[in-house]
Amino acid sequence: MNKTTEQVRQSLKSRYRAEKRFRAFGIAAVTFGLLAVVVLFTDIISKGASAFVESYIQLDIHWDAAVLGIDDPNDAEQINNANYDALIKASLRDRFPEVTTRLERRSLYQLVSSGAGFLLRDQLQANPSLLGSTQAQWLLADDDVDMFIKAGADKRNNVRLAEVARSWVAGLEQDGDIDIKWNASLFSSGDSREPEQAGVWAAVVGSFFTMLVALVLAFPIGVAAAIYLEEFAPRNRYTDFIEVNINNLAAVPSIIFGLLGLAIFINLFGMPRSVPLVGGLVLTLMTLPTIIISARAAIKSVPPSIREAALGMGASRMQVVMHHVLPLAMPGMLTGAIIGMAQALGETAPLLMIGMVAFIVDIPGGPLDSATVLPVQIYLWADSPEASFVALTSAAIMVLMGFLITMNTLAVLLRKRLERRW
Amino acid sequence: MNQKTPYPEKTIGKPLCDDAKMSMRNVNVFYGESQAIHDVNLDIGKHEVIALIGPSGCGKSTFLRCLNRMNDTIDICKVKGSFLLDQDNIYDPKLDVVELRARVGMVFQKPNPFPKSIYENVAYGPRLHGLANKRFELDEIVENSLRKAGLWDEVKDRLDQPGIGLSGGQQQRLCIARSIAVSPEVVLMDEPCSALDPIATAKIEELIDELSSQYTIVIVTHSMQQAARVSDRTAYFHLGRLIEVNDTHTVFTGPEHTLTEAYITGRFG
Repeated sequence: MNKTTEQVRQSLKSRYRAEKRFRAFGIAAVTFGLLAVVVLFTDIISKGASAFVESYIQLDIHWDAAVLGIDDPNDAEQINNANYDALIKASLRDRFPEVTTRLERRSLYQLVSSGAGFLLRDQLQANPSLLGSTQAQWLLADDDVDMFIKAGADKRNNVRLAEVARSWVAGLEQDGDIDIKWNASLFSSGDSREPEQAGVWAAVVGSFFTMLVALVLAFPIGVAAAIYLEEFAPRNRYTDFIEVNINNLAAVPSIIFGLLGLAIFINLFGMPRSVPLVGGLVLTLMTLPTIIISARAAIKSVPPSIREAALGMGASRMQVVMHHVLPLAMPGMLTGAIIGMAQALGETAPLLMIGMVAFIVDIPGGPLDSATVLPVQIYLWADSPEASFVALTSAAIMVLMGFLITMNTLAVLLRKRLERRW
Repeated sequence: MNQKTPYPEKTIGKPLCDDAKMSMRNVNVFYGESQAIHDVNLDIGKHEVIALIGPSGCGKSTFLRCLNRMNDTIDICKVKGSFLLDQDNIYDPKLDVVELRARVGMVFQKPNPFPKSIYENVAYGPRLHGLANKRFELDEIVENSLRKAGLWDEVKDRLDQPGIGLSGGQQQRLCIARSIAVSPEVVLMDEPCSALDPIATAKIEELIDELSSQYTIVIVTHSMQQAARVSDRTAYFHLGRLIEVNDTHTVFTGPEHTLTEAYITGRFG
């Protein structure tokens, strides 16, 4: 065997060793990444899972017309404005007759959530014949009671519930008048100062309208720009300049777009603050570079043989694009759009700048109602003092991540399904 | 081949003919700074099959693509000279290139059916140019074209299946059917059989023979045997110059120029 073979054989050992090292690094990196994901998910899910359920207290409600202040059961306005809180307080007093002092009574009334009266009102509006009867009713518990009940037996000492209230709650538990049910308000109501009544729905609808505006604007403009740049624009210094700028815009920090939105849309054009329309416009500016770049890549991937065949048949350049290039590039464009939208869904900074950081209680009805978005809602809840908001923050994070994972999975599936083999 | 053999001053043989379908004079084509075609004069007769042969890079495909202005898509390509199709100057700015391409069809080297159904592939041209709008008219055109291309019997039961699912030879015949669906006057074929197996090649050559009674065909081919089999006249290109044009039989049995003879006998390829 000659000298070269000998040298090759010598070097083989170190080459294989280098390969093994590289593989080990790769596996270590992937493992580390997976570990980080697992830790993140475990942390969020363990903190947020408890926010999906809430504690309810069962009490006997005497639907006393006198206490409510209703003379005419058919008068809708009277039913609307009746004093349901008094009903609840009376019921609590009946349940705990040993509570006599004013201070203790105040603590007693705080066992039930301040918003529980609305549930009673809804029931009476649906069924006015309840007046005069006595029904057992599940009422939403206050957040302190809720935290106390959800805490394990050993952690109960740390919860903020007053000493005197603890015995009452223990009594209720023993009588089977405490239950933990699905948190109905989480997906039906907007923000609230009371954690037990707070929900993400206003933020979800706000996010939906914002993204709708962004998609309706960014996708057509982005696709049209990509088609023009790729198919029709002459290759000269100006188009090169445009291309460089588009690529750079994709890397600009998102808060700059927020400042731009503030300066131009709100100050110059006088658009209303904090509405999904302006939020959508800002997100359009942000997502446009991503969509243009991915659309251009999709158009480039259509093989030139198809274009030549179409041109040879006598199609004009516009017809080549519309009949052949666009349909074939559409899967790639859609994938890029979905990924761009998923990015936009998680954006907080630019929307803070245009004012979508308000305290939104009502569910927005359209793109011109004041709204907030899911990431901003998470940010606001993370700042709130009540202990229950910790779990709610994590729950909202889970909802947001659910949407993101769904969108990204959809993009991957779409890409796989519509991939063409030439 | 060394440069010592001089190029002929004028193209040898019969480059011109009476009553030509297409007439090219003083054609010079440049790619940027380099010249690809030097001073070519050629006529293409009605209903004839003319083969353009020559070694790689001699400009035959470039010349072919000038005939239906496909070189317009290449930015750095400059075409000079006169091109007449039945007395119409095809490079006239007032002439619509779309209309030209309906009159002069093209079949490419690698079969490139559209990623649509077989029916839609053939129907695309007529629909595009407004030759037929009603379903039954299109059906008729599709069937006629597929029959002429010799593909009807093989695909008549699966017209709505994708065109790219066919074999290579069938795809090329589909492309031929597609181009004749718009009833062109001239069909340009750029090495149509180079990507196909011998049996498919034979079928296509048979097809060219049948089509020549209705269309004028210009075929660029790398295979001299193919040129000998299918064409009426043969034109030999060498490094961008048209050396010799003559009846096929004459070119292959008694070539007049040394370069032609050297290429035919395989001294260079």
